Amino acid sequence: MTQSISVTINGKSYKHDVEPRLLLVHYLREVAGLTGTHIGCETSLCGACTVEVNGRAIKSCAMFAVQADGASILTVEGLADAVGKLHRIQEGFWNEHGLQCGFCTPGMLMVSKQILDRNPAPTETEIREGLDGNLCRCTGYQHIVKAVQAAAKAGV
Amino acid sequence: MSSTTTIPREKLVGKRIRRREDPRMITGTARYVDDIKLPEMLYAAIVRSPHAAANLRSIDTSKAAAFPGVVAVYTGKDLKDVGGVVCGVDLPGLRKPHHNVIAIDRVYLVGHAVAVVVATDRYVAADAAELVEVGYEVLQGVADPEKALAAGAPAVHPQWPDNIAFKFEQKGGDIDAAFAEADVVCKQRMTSQRMVANPMETRGCIAHWHAADRKMTFYTSTQIPHLARTILAGMLGLEENRFRLIAPDVGGGFGCKLNVYAEEAVVCFVAMKLGRPVKWIETRRENFLTTIQGRGHVDFWEIAAKRDGTILGVKVKIIQDLGAYHQLLTPAIPTLSVLMMPGLYNTRSIHAEIVGVFTNCVPTDAVRGAGRPEATYGIERMVDILAAELKMDPAEIRFKNFVKADQFPFATATGLNYDSGDYATTFHKALNMIGYQQLREEQAAARKEGRLVGIGISTYGEICAMGPSPAVAAGGWESATVKVEPSGKVTILTGISPHGQGEETTFAQVAGDELGVPIDDILVLHGDTAIVQYGIGTFGSRGTAVGGTALYLALQDIKEKVVRWGSMLLESNDVRFEDGLCIDNATGNSVSFQKVAGAAYRAKKIPAHSEPGLVATRFWEPGNFTYPFGAHIIHSEVDPQTGQVEIKRYVLVDDIGNILNPMLVDGQLHGGASWGLGQALWEHALYDDNAQLVTGEFMDYTIARASTMPWLESAHTCTPSPVNPLGVKGVGEAGTIGSTPAMVNSVIDALSPLGIKHVDMPLTPEKLWQLISTHSEVGK
Repeated sequence: MTQSISVTINGKSYKHDVEPRLLLVHYLREVAGLTGTHIGCETSLCGACTVEVNGRAIKSCAMFAVQADGASILTVEGLADAVGKLHRIQEGFWNEHGLQCGFCTPGMLMVSKQILDRNPAPTETEIREGLDGNLCRCTGYQHIVKAVQAAAKAGV
Repeated sequence: MSSTTTIPREKLVGKRIRRREDPRMITGTARYVDDIKLPEMLYAAIVRSPHAAANLRSIDTSKAAAFPGVVAVYTGKDLKDVGGVVCGVDLPGLRKPHHNVIAIDRVYLVGHAVAVVVATDRYVAADAAELVEVGYEVLQGVADPEKALAAGAPAVHPQWPDNIAFKFEQKGGDIDAAFAEADVVCKQRMTSQRMVANPMETRGCIAHWHAADRKMTFYTSTQIPHLARTILAGMLGLEENRFRLIAPDVGGGFGCKLNVYAEEAVVCFVAMKLGRPVKWIETRRENFLTTIQGRGHVDFWEIAAKRDGTILGVKVKIIQDLGAYHQLLTPAIPTLSVLMMPGLYNTRSIHAEIVGVFTNCVPTDAVRGAGRPEATYGIERMVDILAAELKMDPAEIRFKNFVKADQFPFATATGLNYDSGDYATTFHKALNMIGYQQLREEQAAARKEGRLVGIGISTYGEICAMGPSPAVAAGGWESATVKVEPSGKVTILTGISPHGQGEETTFAQVAGDELGVPIDDILVLHGDTAIVQYGIGTFGSRGTAVGGTALYLALQDIKEKVVRWGSMLLESNDVRFEDGLCIDNATGNSVSFQKVAGAAYRAKKIPAHSEPGLVATRFWEPGNFTYPFGAHIIHSEVDPQTGQVEIKRYVLVDDIGNILNPMLVDGQLHGGASWGLGQALWEHALYDDNAQLVTGEFMDYTIARASTMPWLESAHTCTPSPVNPLGVKGVGEAGTIGSTPAMVNSVIDALSPLGIKHVDMPLTPEKLWQLISTHSEVGK
């Protein structure tokens, strides 16, 4: 049994028949072919799969693809603009060494964007609280905090 | 040819250069194993034992095999001819249980593979795995290594009822005399609990068999592409030269991917059987259950000293929880603890005993620090315990016992030869940064108010740049090839296998400086055995110190060749190579590196005793390990109402020798510190009496989060290593090793007014609150 869904991902329209149990993250990776969004735990605890659905950061392993029917989705592949100019969040992570192995990074970028969308000038504590649902095993988070701070500054 | 006045190029080494691997990782275009999709690819799911110890009475795969979408189901009997999982360690008398890649008649731990299901879709594979019916005769397992040693304990392997895999003893100096001479002897039992490496990318692999050519292409998330190839080819009876192993982008390793696992051989076997590519991706739950864990020590320490604080001797008895069988390096890890047990101190006598114990748990093996965190934790706790006993300041007792700067190279009682160091200077710097004296005064005032304020010190050392080949099972050298292309662009092939460390950047920095070419002209390749010459891999803080040195030497060979070609082109025998130019010292005429490269490939004329092309390969064998060190100091306060530890300040001064890229070094230290704090405060792979893993998900197993990490105030001193020409030591594990004892010492210092002298890790709020409650009125 499948169900038809239509979504917009990074500004592009997609239409597929999917099983109702298909997780959004698997839809993005396996059906839409956008492998930038990663799976770290499949239990909504690590945040590697964070994407934006209708402007809200969500963990795409904790949502079914059919729940996203009609939604507008932004993934890491859609952060840079059409000519490849990096988003200030991406620049921040690059300049401040906010990543090492890079596996948590797509989720970190998406949640960082959300932090700044909600609060353009967050304090260090607010940044840390905002990042709390996303795990990183490489950086100890300090350079991620600096990356978000740098991006905030660049947005002023 | 042109006449040139050279302006010295700005050096790349030492600069805060942003990483060249980042653009693909911040745009979602990096490629990890699970991102690879091959035509006709199938998906494997592993059926695993829910019991820690059981005899397999029956396996019925018929329902699973009949499930729509399932292509095949295999059990242990089908794979009985696949070689067992390899342990590369030899110790005298070591008992090595055979480890079938899929269990045949008995399971030894929860998560032990009993069957593999292959299907057209990963959801279908998971569904069908549920349909495999296994008849288990459940046996009593044992998880606690001390209980496993007790008489009458369940035997993990029936042929060895004492559960002892090996015993090991090492002595140095005259330990009996040291203890006889001592004014004071302190003893403490302490544990370093099992921890889970938890790279954010779990394990995973894809096997693609090309039957007509007898060739395997195998993608796997590993730290050791070449070693894994050798081992897997051996397990499967395949030809090594026809086995191409590719480590694509690897999402963290931390030692747990310094291994070759049963599933990798299973996936190869299945792909060969079915003639289609097969992918297996480990779930996080499987990662907790079946990927090697770290630590697992119960240690009994004794330290002997004179009244003035001079340490005379140190003893340790290590009970190492090995788990149910040996993975690649399992039994070797506690021997590293023994080597590290003197720490930074001038301790002339040591005695160490290890007993390696089988339990019905997943094997322990190398996890970030690998044996050195346990030893450093032990000696740094013992020094604090000794200081408390003697009523000395923990800083003072450290200064008193440090190996002095003029004693290097320093032969330790454990047989090492520390390369270089100036421990006192580094420690002074850390003390000054945190304002130690004033902090002690503030602590005294806070204690009068009944507050639990602590200052914890760790002056740690470590053994890096693994290592001289006689000390490393597979060989400890490393390789590099530098290929200058006809255009003058430079391709570096390194035998190390970075997975976050950033050598695509730091190696380009080194090459850019040596060859005088722009960093954008340099490409660093790694992790593909069909492209890169044989190498050892990335672990043991060896990438830069060993792999970087091989690169440096290959670059020197290239420079020599460039001068030869340049001399020919300039028709001079007095030519130097500087900043990317061959320059005639007599005339000042010059020819560029790029022009030399072109000439070397067109080869219209060839210098004497030369051949066309501009390529050099070097294999470098290190003469010694390197020995980074540092001082970590943590100011903390424990809330008596909740047991919560607040880290108020964390100062770390690390000496890792020369620094190629300070930004990347800080990143390594920060990450390392988050591990060490995790061990001290939060992380625990906790098994119950039935050897079930209780903390088997991120819900139960706590790692550092952004909100629980303090701001790390990091600085450096620099004593270059004389072991390699770059003067580097290694930084991947330093933060992990240095941080744990500083954190625990800080909390114990905070609790010391209550008469608390030691608490075993992790120092969870619950544990501390209960202790505070029973030791004082404060918590009531």
